[in-house]
Amino acid sequence: MSVSQNPSGVDSIPNGAGAAALLAAGIGCAVLGILALAGDASDSINKFLNFYNPTGALSGVTDLAILAWLVSWFVLNRAWRNRTVAMVRVSMLSFALLAVGFLLTFPPFMDLVQGK
Amino acid sequence: MEISTRDLWTVLHGMGFGALFMLAFSGALAEIYRMAASDPRVQPSQRERSLLNFYLVAMVILAWFTVISGAYIVYPWYRAVPPAGATDLADYPRRLLLSSGKTSEWHNVGMEWKEHVAWIAPIAMTMVAYVVMKYGRSLTKPRHLRTAVLGFTLAAFVATGVAGAFGAFLNKYAPVRGGSVIILMEGEQ
Repeated sequence: MSVSQNPSGVDSIPNGAGAAALLAAGIGCAVLGILALAGDASDSINKFLNFYNPTGALSGVTDLAILAWLVSWFVLNRAWRNRTVAMVRVSMLSFALLAVGFLLTFPPFMDLVQGK
Repeated sequence: MEISTRDLWTVLHGMGFGALFMLAFSGALAEIYRMAASDPRVQPSQRERSLLNFYLVAMVILAWFTVISGAYIVYPWYRAVPPAGATDLADYPRRLLLSSGKTSEWHNVGMEWKEHVAWIAPIAMTMVAYVVMKYGRSLTKPRHLRTAVLGFTLAAFVATGVAGAFGAFLNKYAPVRGGSVIILMEGEQ
């Protein structure tokens, strides 16, 4: 992701903190979808994701997605909080990651990806 | 009038937290849009902004309560495994749905999607609340950030709608039942 200081000065408030929160949310959603798919596709991954037996693999999928979201938010925020970043790219990437989250949690699409 | 503990938790999860969270969306979308409008004549006052912040924080709390109560309290009852040879599956909703081709897709599509997609809502709304509180009225300036915030709010609404709708149907075809009984009121007869 290219990051640049705002040369025009049009936006006086750095958008970096907001961009970090936005992209991290997209990452969290995408990780949720990817892990849901992985748990569905592989028995060994499904067992690995079984952090809490009464809830099954859902516990690992959601715990790791939340962890990925919070860690990426922390890292991105540290890097971007005082900067103005290329918001169009961050926004497009975030929506793409959000779409990954929606699609990979949708069972018919999961089956399609796995060739079922 | 009595209710079982599992019924009570299911109602709290779906109606107490989930439905209240969903009802709050229209207000949140309208207020975020108004706050982000570039026309200074429609800018909210400091008091209105504080109210919006409180409103969004309440939504975030409701969203997390909804998914956590669903995944860690109600869902284990839903996916409970019946003892070998059990023929009455009323207390085992997942197995009850899977026992017939007429209902199995309520689990395979409905519950499998609901249990995952619902988590998009609290993640998205936490981000939305943070950005709105951090930028406040300045959200009019970073235009693409404002658009993204509105987009993620809509996505959270869709995710909640999917989870809520399937939750209602699942509770109709295979309700989570059982647990100790709480007597709310005694009738005359």
